[in-house]
Parts: sequence; structure tokens; C-alpha cells
Amino acid sequence: MKNILEFRHVDYSYHSMSGEVLALSNINFTVGEKEFLVIVGPSGCGKSTLLDLIFGLIKPESGEIYGEQSSIGYMLQKDHLFGWRSIEKNILLGLEIQHKLTPETKSYATALLKKYGLYDFRNKRPSELSGGMRQRAALIRTLVTCPNLLLLDEPFSALDYQTRLNVAEDIGSIIRQEEKSAILVTHDLSEAISMGDRIVILSPRPATVVHMIDLHFDSALTSIERRETDEFKHYFSELWKEMNQLVQP
Amino acid sequence: MYSHNLSAQDLYMRRQKHTKILVRVMQYVILILFLALWELSARLGWIDSFIFSSPSKLVTCCKTLLANGDLPGHIGITLLETVASFALVIGFTLLVTVLLWLNKPLSKILEPYLVVLNSLPKSALAPLLIVWLGANYKTIILTGVSVAVFGSILNLYTGFMETSPDKIKLIRALHGSTAHVLFKVVLPANIPNLFSIMKVNIGLCLVGVIIGEFIGSKCGLGYMIIYGSQVFKLDWVILSILILCIIAMLLYFLLGRLEKRFVRE
Repeated sequence: MKNILEFRHVDYSYHSMSGEVLALSNINFTVGEKEFLVIVGPSGCGKSTLLDLIFGLIKPESGEIYGEQSSIGYMLQKDHLFGWRSIEKNILLGLEIQHKLTPETKSYATALLKKYGLYDFRNKRPSELSGGMRQRAALIRTLVTCPNLLLLDEPFSALDYQTRLNVAEDIGSIIRQEEKSAILVTHDLSEAISMGDRIVILSPRPATVVHMIDLHFDSALTSIERRETDEFKHYFSELWKEMNQLVQP
Repeated sequence: MYSHNLSAQDLYMRRQKHTKILVRVMQYVILILFLALWELSARLGWIDSFIFSSPSKLVTCCKTLLANGDLPGHIGITLLETVASFALVIGFTLLVTVLLWLNKPLSKILEPYLVVLNSLPKSALAPLLIVWLGANYKTIILTGVSVAVFGSILNLYTGFMETSPDKIKLIRALHGSTAHVLFKVVLPANIPNLFSIMKVNIGLCLVGVIIGEFIGSKCGLGYMIIYGSQVFKLDWVILSILILCIIAMLLYFLLGRLEKRFVRE
């Protein structure tokens, strides 16, 4: 399998007037084509810093990151749809910025809207849509620019539990259907197991990769169906033990 | 059950409507009562109509001034100066705020100066401006600008800085430039803010223009007020003040309409 992203011995520190804080230390991992990688770790361990690095918003202090930063899509905790734009205009934002607004890309956007059930809502304002629909719109906004790697920074944490499960299933299956690679950052262990192909566990600050778990599920299962299998319980207890060792001194 | 619900809804609607009508009626009643009491006390000699005027005297005065063609000129010049200084304030505010936003060290450097200039009573500046620039309409427009501009820069800059950092990150994530951040997020997100700043500033510009006209003008409503008080034509003074009230209301109303068109949520 071809790797589309590789971290080699990456360090990163924050600087402030009160001193230097090492956030990431010697990070090594890869993401393969069409792979769904999940990164979990205690809160405040520097997961979001890791994503900013992957995206190229910040540069590592030492070590190397290999990958094509130009074709990465970013999905944040909140949908951040702009209230002053219609859903369609929101979705076209990326194309507008990248000067790629052509009849072909526009019809691709329309096709995505139709495929994922938002076509009838294209002229509505974001405030008129439910939380789940808004997250789907945010994902489409990312997908229309045709990235080959999606970064998802706790994209479901602002939703209530019921919606969260449904949206996670939705988005997971959209990403698989569109054959994208993805990195999901979360602190929800069951979410990690239900969505990922592989889990990377980070230690508390300074974060480093302490463990990786490969997940083997029947590929036909959706994320909600995965939750009902025996493997799920097995992976969960493994992950739970790992995480507990990390936070207990 | 259904019909019961409906009637409760009807009752609610009726109550809401009554409140609305009551408010409107009371607003007019207060105005009419005030005018009637004013007229009555002037006629019965409770107040000296030479000093306090009266609605009927004001109507006569207004008619005379309209007939000899003085009043429209005075109103026009004040209105023109106010609108001109308002336009300058908005243009200048946008320009400076964008520059400050683009250059954070510059904004840090200028902050104390802006704060001082904003809290300075601008009426104290007006006499200086008259001496420096002469007693003409430019000075008066500048006085109007000086009253409003510093506060609006400070307010709009605060709004710019409060733009959600995640929304900016989103634009960066879509590989947008600083210009994209400005035009796609920061400016559109601040349209409601800009309108509330404009609503405050239209009044401030009027204040500034009147101050300017007090000190160095031969026309405008501010001149009428000063001249009227000096020659004891208090009808002129009170009439001008009433016209100012109407102008202020009108300009505010127009901005409100504009806001309704542009700000939808």
C-alpha cells in the first residue's frame, strides 16, 4: 500500500513568555491510501497541534513530514458554515477561493448535494438545518475540492449523542464511498473503534506514539453495526487498558 | 382539544396585537398631550411664549421662513454636511481598521493614541479647526468626522479581532490568502457590527456638524440656533431643534431600513 502521509521523528514546541513547552516529541506514523486512521489520546496532549502540522498551518521544529499538503481537506469541531451564505454558496467556498469554480466542479458539487440529501436545502441558510445536516454540508464543502486526505478534528463533539452516532455513520460511509484517506482525531474510544482502520494512541504531553492497534472488521459493516460485534468489545477493553495506563502515574 | 388550542392561540395573537396598538397609540397620545399643554400654557400665560414659544408660533415662524426661502437652505446645508461627514467616517473607519487588522504591531502602537483621541471632547477641538482651516463647510464636515471616527475605528477593530479564529482557520485550510480571510470572513461577519456602529455614528456626525456650525458658519441649523439665541428670536432656536429631531429620526430610520435589507440571519 502506498503511503500518502508520513511523519518521521517530528518534534514541536510552543513558545511563550513563560517558557517553552514541548508539545510533540518524536512522532512517527504513516497513513496509507484509502486508510482511515484514528488518533486518540488524553485531552490536551497535542492532537490538534498534530493536525495543524499535517495541514502545514505550522512547521515542525525538527523531523520531516512527507505528503502532499495541497490536497488535504480539513473538517473542524463545529461546521463553521457561514450564516450569511446559503448552503450551496457555503459548499462552493473552497472552489471560489481556489479559483476552481467551473461548470464541471459546480455540477460535481450539485451531484454531491443530491447524493447526500441536501439538494432540496441548497438555498437555505445554515441556521435552518439540523446539526447533522450541517456537518454533512461541511463535509461536502471539503469534498468538492477533491482532497485525497481528510483531516477530521473531533468533528462530532458538538452534536448530541443520538445525532453523533448517526452523523459518524453517515460521514464514515461517505468517506469510504468517495475512497478518501482520513485522519480522525477524537477522545471518544468507541467512536475510534467504530470508524477506523487503525488507531494511534498518543501519550500525555509531550505527546509521542505509544501504541498502535490495527482493527479488523468485516468491511461490509457500518460503524453502528461494528458496535454490536464481539471484536468491538475486545478492542474496546484493549484500548481502555492502554489509555488508563497513560493517565495513571 | 384542537379547537381549544386554536382559541388559546387566537387569544394570544389578540393580546399581542392589543399591546402593539396600545404602544403606538400611547406614543401619539404623549406627543399630542405635550403639544396641547405647551400651546395651552402659552395662551393662558403660564409660560412666557417669548422665551418658550408655542406650537402655533412655531408653525407661523416655519411658514415665514419657508416662504422667504431661508429654511430649506439651512436644512439642506446641515443635512449635506452630516451625510458627507458620515460617508467620510465610514470610509475612513473601514480603511484604517483594515490596515490595523493587517498590521497587528501597528494597532498595538496606535492603541493609546486612538483611546485618547476618542475620549477627548471634540467640541474642544472645533475652535482650533476653525482657526487652522477657516470658517467654511470643510471645517464643519471635519468636525463631524472628528466626533465619530475614533470611536468607530475602535469598535470595528474589536469586532474584527473577535471574528472566530476557527472560521479563519477554515479559510486557511481551503488554502485561502489573507485577502480571502478579509473578504470571505472578517468583513461579512462584521456587517451587523458595522450597521450598529453606523447607527450610533449618524447621530454623532450630526452633533459634530452642529458644533461646527455654532462656531464658524453663516448657514445651517446650528447657525440658526446660535444666531436666533443672540437676537432673541427663540422661535428660530426651538424650530431648529425640532427640525434636528426630525432629521436625526429620519437618518436613523433610513439606516434601519438598509440594515434590514443587508443583515439577514
